[in-house]
Amino acid sequence: MQDTANGEEMLNVEIWRGRDDGALQTYCVPRRASQTVLDVVTWVQRHAEPALAYRFACRVGMCGSCAMQVNGKPRWTCRTHVSRVAEDGHLRIEPLANLPRIKDLATDMAPFFEKWRDARGRHVPTRTRHEPMATVSSESPARKAADAGIECINCAVCYAACDVVGWDETYLGPAALNRAWTLANDERDADKAGLLRAVSESGGCHSCHSHGSCVEHCPVGLNPTAGIAGLKRMTLAALMKGAL
Amino acid sequence: MLEARLYLLQRASAMLLAPLVLAHLVMILFAIEGGLSAAEILGRTRGSLLWAAFYGLFVTAVALHAPIGLRNILREWAGWRGRSLDLATFGFGALLLGLGLRAVIAVTA
Repeated sequence: MQDTANGEEMLNVEIWRGRDDGALQTYCVPRRASQTVLDVVTWVQRHAEPALAYRFACRVGMCGSCAMQVNGKPRWTCRTHVSRVAEDGHLRIEPLANLPRIKDLATDMAPFFEKWRDARGRHVPTRTRHEPMATVSSESPARKAADAGIECINCAVCYAACDVVGWDETYLGPAALNRAWTLANDERDADKAGLLRAVSESGGCHSCHSHGSCVEHCPVGLNPTAGIAGLKRMTLAALMKGAL
Repeated sequence: MLEARLYLLQRASAMLLAPLVLAHLVMILFAIEGGLSAAEILGRTRGSLLWAAFYGLFVTAVALHAPIGLRNILREWAGWRGRSLDLATFGFGALLLGLGLRAVIAVTA
């Protein structure tokens, strides 16, 4: 923490500028009560660096668009208080890891969402809109397993935290596989075999090392590692039955 | 589904290897405790179906387990992909199986 002449507390903030060949640039940002990392980035854009590129929308932890690396760890910046992450008044803010950089703090999310598609993240319905809605018991074990994973906000924090994503660009990643796990447990999904085949391709669920970085960093407290382990069990059971 | 099959094979071979490795290590400790010579060891293993089956299974499990793990390591750490990697690690497995079975035959036949 720095003190200016008028006694105002200041943060020493390093922010990545440019693309892959960019550099960290340092800014002095006034410290505020209940200040979030997103507040800091917004202050820099409004008062020091109008050309700073970054992404946010809801500011309340719902839209999943403001994730960045903060002091080396992926975080949802709108719900990350400076008081929790600043180290001696210092913040280093960089674009989300494991994704191509566009400019400054904005990354290209296309590979992340393409993997949702590759993991067969699209729901294949058993009924048409002209038929009555399916009645799903909220007490069934499968529905409970699906419910445990459906609150994902697509922020890609788990994707940035995952070592395997960093090593293997074909790996689908925790979020896409978590989505597949929720569909695998959804009795209204009509193509379980297709889904299990999709997650058994090279770079699928069997590549997970169960390091648990996704669980550690998920801002909404999901457990993609458990879902991926479930997919491994499900695919092996299908393989034994000759259904894969 | 190659990946799922490899995953299953690696886990199944690991489950086999766990007790086999333990038995192998315990046996080494006991065998050399009294100072057994090579000739004495060969005297016990030659013509023994039990030891041929034990180490035949051991070698087969290793030849399955090690190349699959090596394939994953080379994929992730060396960025090697595709058919050339599959062939190279298959070749490594065949080499382990060949050398291992040769040794098993040498001490049990």
